[in-house]
Amino acid sequence: MIPLLEALRVRGSQGKQYIANLRQANPVGFRGLPVIDSTPCAEGCTACVDECPTDAIQLAPFRLDLGRCVFCDECARICPQKKVAFSAGYRLAARTRDGLVMREGTSSLSAVEANARIQKLFGRSLKLRSVSAGGCNGCELEINATANVNFDSGRYGIDIVASPRHADGLILSGPITQNMAAALELCYEGMPDPKVVIAVGTCAISGGVFEPSPALDRSFINRFTPELYVAGCPAHPLSIVNGILDLLGQVG
Amino acid sequence: MEPRTVLLRENHEHERLDYRGFRDRLADHLAWSRRLLSCFGTPDPETPGGPPLFNAIVLGDRGLEMFVGRGNAGDEFPSLTVQFPQMHCFEREIHEQFGLPFPGHPWLKPIRFEGLKRGRMDDYPFYQLGGKEVHEVGVGPIHAGVIEPGHFRFMCYGETVHHLEIHLGYQHRGAESLLVKTPPRKLPPLVESIAGDTAVAHVVAFCRAWEALCGMPARPEVETIRGIAVELERIAMHLVGVGGLATDVAFLPGSSTYGRLRTSLINLSMRLCGSRFGRSWFRPGELRHPFGSTQKDDVRNTLQSVQRDIATINDLFRKSRSVRHRLETTGTVPTALAKDIGLVGMAGRASGLPCDLRHELPSGVYQTHSIPMVTEPAGDCLARGLVRIREMDDSLAWILRVIETLPDVDADPPARLTPRANHCAVSFEEGWRGEVMHAIRTDAEGRIAHYKVQDPSLRNWFGLAQAVRGNAIYDFPICNKSFDLSYCGNDL
Repeated sequence: MIPLLEALRVRGSQGKQYIANLRQANPVGFRGLPVIDSTPCAEGCTACVDECPTDAIQLAPFRLDLGRCVFCDECARICPQKKVAFSAGYRLAARTRDGLVMREGTSSLSAVEANARIQKLFGRSLKLRSVSAGGCNGCELEINATANVNFDSGRYGIDIVASPRHADGLILSGPITQNMAAALELCYEGMPDPKVVIAVGTCAISGGVFEPSPALDRSFINRFTPELYVAGCPAHPLSIVNGILDLLGQVG
Repeated sequence: MEPRTVLLRENHEHERLDYRGFRDRLADHLAWSRRLLSCFGTPDPETPGGPPLFNAIVLGDRGLEMFVGRGNAGDEFPSLTVQFPQMHCFEREIHEQFGLPFPGHPWLKPIRFEGLKRGRMDDYPFYQLGGKEVHEVGVGPIHAGVIEPGHFRFMCYGETVHHLEIHLGYQHRGAESLLVKTPPRKLPPLVESIAGDTAVAHVVAFCRAWEALCGMPARPEVETIRGIAVELERIAMHLVGVGGLATDVAFLPGSSTYGRLRTSLINLSMRLCGSRFGRSWFRPGELRHPFGSTQKDDVRNTLQSVQRDIATINDLFRKSRSVRHRLETTGTVPTALAKDIGLVGMAGRASGLPCDLRHELPSGVYQTHSIPMVTEPAGDCLARGLVRIREMDDSLAWILRVIETLPDVDADPPARLTPRANHCAVSFEEGWRGEVMHAIRTDAEGRIAHYKVQDPSLRNWFGLAQAVRGNAIYDFPICNKSFDLSYCGNDL
């Protein structure tokens, strides 16, 4: 009897933990979407380019590629003009690789447009198989968190499943190591058609900090173009869920 | 004299032994049960492509001690593994990286398929269990959950596992060679990605080593904040780990409650530094984010608000008969075996070993504010769960205590540190899994010549293999979760 009372006490302390509206959450303090000011760069200044650990920045005109960015804040700290500042924005997903490039004077990425075919197929139920191919367990923990009681992606019919045979798509994290390339492809081939690929996190999108390593084999991502890219290092659960909801054309 | 918590030496200053002398000295240390923290190879700058320098780091009376052995072409280095099983992973790693044959090693198998072995994942030389009624079960590299990849090969008779081989390497990203090639200013994001669930402990170990090389130790108050961050990471990962155990034994109140409690903790991290995983919080010579009264209030309020709920769910977890039934006597590593195979960190402590560098070699804030060392004698899955439960309680109380002594600290401007040429620095941090090592060696121009990282997972994976022997195969997921090791921390 006593354990039952204690279980009830735990249930009571739990309360309601879910974020009611994932479309309008407020992750206080999150270093997310950069805001790029249109102030011109100082003459000849290349400080941000020099500091960036993943060559995410190009100058004249200024471009910041969120598919390479690790959100380390170096550029914002070093820029004498304060041209870049990171905000708590978590809408960090795009349908195309180029859609992740922030240009001067922009304050958000283009909204992820729903794909009618994907919406028809998976709009009410999308089952994903996660494969980590060299992921550091940062994105993996965040993909797991999308299903926890706070983010609760299951309420939208978005679930992570245990087998590729049960899956409508692949949620890929990590820079894709050579040692994992064959297994990744086997897993993808094992999924019944039709299927989608979703690349989560900077490593999956561009190789991230591991991009120069000869131990990677990224041919998979070149051959099977993702339907959705979710930036972040690691990607925030809000970025993942919102990106997928947009892709599916769900209001949320 | 203060014990040496960070080792800094000029390269030629190391005692240079020949292989035989090195091996004898190492064997002496091991025979006297002194703690061997690491043993690794470094390319010998004087004989490129030749036999490596051997480095051993032990915990002595005066703190960290290091000795170095130099071989000559054609030297034999008979394996120490039969006599001292904890050497097995170090010898395997040196074999894989430098091709030394280690005659007498009982299982000189690839540790991560790096270098020449890269891409040859189908070549693992598994043992085979003979007999008509035995069978093998292969699992992975891709698993049912959202976890990193690795292959497990079970050799079974009926449902009983007689032997498990753990075949890793799928996560090998070439981290160590990148650490050498990357300009020092750009190292921290890479260091934070060695094992992203231990980003803080890894970056703190790196900062200490780099600051030692540059002769610029961090201010005590920055060390205090680093300690707070390491303990926050410990609590958060213990919450997710015990939550995972709860899920695996279908104890649903634990599964959901631990999950949301972790969310509160990592969201606190996010308010303090912008990242739920503590990324970009610390850099050599730099505290990135201010830690004033606002932050202190936030830490205090958040921790106090979760403290009672953590205690309540922990209590229920501990008392639950279904939990105890599944975890007790499952996956046992007895103390003597744990010591022989060199288990470290929380898995070692759960087998009764008093191994905790926060105690054995307190650095930074742990010198002034000690934290209890938690050990459990049983060595089973329950013990590993209990160590984590007790440690989260202790870390919570510790942070709440330490924070009261901390003055307001401002963020630092970008720092430019220059490392000394021809030096070697080694530093450790007791992360949530166990001791994390970063060893950096510079050349005559002050560039990084060699970088060695050691995650506790390297040593503890073999503990998991031992733990499942004699257990039923269906208990493997619980055993695996109870060790909660890093695949990429091993594969680097």
